[in-house]
Amino acid sequence: MGFLILLIAFVLTFPLYGGARTRVLITMLVYAILAMSWAMFSGTTGYMSLAPAAFFGTGIYTTYLLQNHLPLPIIIVAAGLISFVLAVLLGLVTLRLKGIYFTIFTFGLVVFIPNVVTYVEGEVTQHHGWYFNVLDRTIILYTMLGLAVVTVLAIYLIRRSRLGLAMQSIGGNEEAAEHMGIDTTRTKVLTFAISAIFMGAAGAVLAPSLSYSNPTIAYSAFYSFVPIVAAVFGGMGSLQGPIVGGLLFGFLEKTLKVEWNTYFMLGFGIIIVLVILFLPTGMVGLVPILRDKLGGAISKWRKGREGEQHANT
Amino acid sequence: MAEAERLLGLITIGILAGGVYGLLAVGLSLQIGVCRVLNITHGEFLMLGGILTFTFSQLGINPLLAPVIVGPILFGLGFLLQATLFRGVKARVPSPSAFEGNALLAAFGVMYVIQYLARIRFGTQSLPSQYLTQPVPYVGINLAVNLIVGFAIAAALGIAVYLFLTRSRVGKAIRATAEDPPTAELMGVNTNTILAVCFGLGGLLAAVAGTLVSMRTPVSTAMGFNNTVIALIVVTLGGLGSVPGSFIAGIIIGIVSMLVAGLWESVLIVPVYYAMLMVLLLVRPTGILGKK
Repeated sequence: MGFLILLIAFVLTFPLYGGARTRVLITMLVYAILAMSWAMFSGTTGYMSLAPAAFFGTGIYTTYLLQNHLPLPIIIVAAGLISFVLAVLLGLVTLRLKGIYFTIFTFGLVVFIPNVVTYVEGEVTQHHGWYFNVLDRTIILYTMLGLAVVTVLAIYLIRRSRLGLAMQSIGGNEEAAEHMGIDTTRTKVLTFAISAIFMGAAGAVLAPSLSYSNPTIAYSAFYSFVPIVAAVFGGMGSLQGPIVGGLLFGFLEKTLKVEWNTYFMLGFGIIIVLVILFLPTGMVGLVPILRDKLGGAISKWRKGREGEQHANT
Repeated sequence: MAEAERLLGLITIGILAGGVYGLLAVGLSLQIGVCRVLNITHGEFLMLGGILTFTFSQLGINPLLAPVIVGPILFGLGFLLQATLFRGVKARVPSPSAFEGNALLAAFGVMYVIQYLARIRFGTQSLPSQYLTQPVPYVGINLAVNLIVGFAIAAALGIAVYLFLTRSRVGKAIRATAEDPPTAELMGVNTNTILAVCFGLGGLLAAVAGTLVSMRTPVSTAMGFNNTVIALIVVTLGGLGSVPGSFIAGIIIGIVSMLVAGLWESVLIVPVYYAMLMVLLLVRPTGILGKK
């Protein structure tokens, strides 16, 4: 919690010391939100969703469609609701099936929606490319921060609720969970849809900082992969892990990717493989290990000194 | 009359092109069904197959002979991936049910590694790899020779894999491992080797599919992802673990893609696949020929 407050304070005062880097900070927050929401569902239940890009892109598209008709706060809520409905529909069809079908379906969704949107735009509206009414970056930054805080709180509460426990038992052993009287399908569909709200809302908030987008960019599969990598890297079993991973990854991407794109992505792949193999609990999992090791070393050292003192007296 | 001829032409091309999808899907089906790895690097293996075929053709090796070299290389890569990486993941997961998820995430890392190493070596431009493009007249349209040859090779290889799985001793061991690994182990099957062979075989089939695709269209290092999506759809449509199912689904997908592109709009090809998959999963969750 202390870490979180420090972070909020930092972001709030950020424009005072580095306005030019606002963009980096916005990206970091977006990735943190995506990673947290992804981990809330997939990290806990074990159903691997590859759909974040579908919800995120839908958020961006919602802002584009509604920007001249409604104020931004309402658009953000609308984007969250649309993503929620989309996720419920997808969940009802696929979450009764085995995990593998769910993954394949969510993967397909990322290809399905942008193609349909492209088709509809070509046939109906004849518009190509989306232009946004540009907003001041500081406002976007603060809105994104607000959304991130709401996301953290919501996920924190869900993890502690009956729903969160139900999710965990599904991740542990779905059949057993069912026998304990948990409505597993309902739990899965509901939590998957809740996680989609934040992803859609993040897209809606980000959109005005883009100035230009189109279906291929907005629904880029990259946005499905980033939260997964960030969550795995940070540690997807905890609340802090995905936040740390998302912030770190957003920072690295914005500072390194421009110059080092190919090698950056290569390193990205190597890191995932290594983390999965050797550090399944992620970077956050390192903290207790280090604490144990360091703590052990320190107490040993203390004991050693005490022993020496005893020997001396 | 001309309309009917055109339809017949589109369907024929679709069937011929669909054979390659079927071949690609058989490989993925083995990896998912036996190794339990949702291998999203499958399209990257196809990409490597296509790019290597082109590279060898520059050195004067006929693309039709390329599978003899490319196949074993990618068999080796697949074998190694399963024998080291996925076996390692399996040994380290807290519970068996967590394996599928972690294996997917690891595969995901491998996808990036393969794709970007290929980019560093070969760049991102399209490489003109077409071969055997001479037309063969057929009811009002022209079929390229590569289309017919590609289908023949895919079908022959598909039948070979089917016979291998159903008739040979190793095939029997593979089926036993897919069904019940601990029991297979007790019967004297070295399941680790069998899993690695399966994964390697999947890589080999993707590589040959890559060669066949490279004869028809230019190849590039970015082509893997879309082929992964197609392979996943075909596998699900055909039913996991069924060789004939994969081929039937591949051919259906081939026909649908030609009809949608020819009569409607090519941007809608993937959405239509997806809608078909959705309907099928609602009606018959195990795919066309899948068991249970």
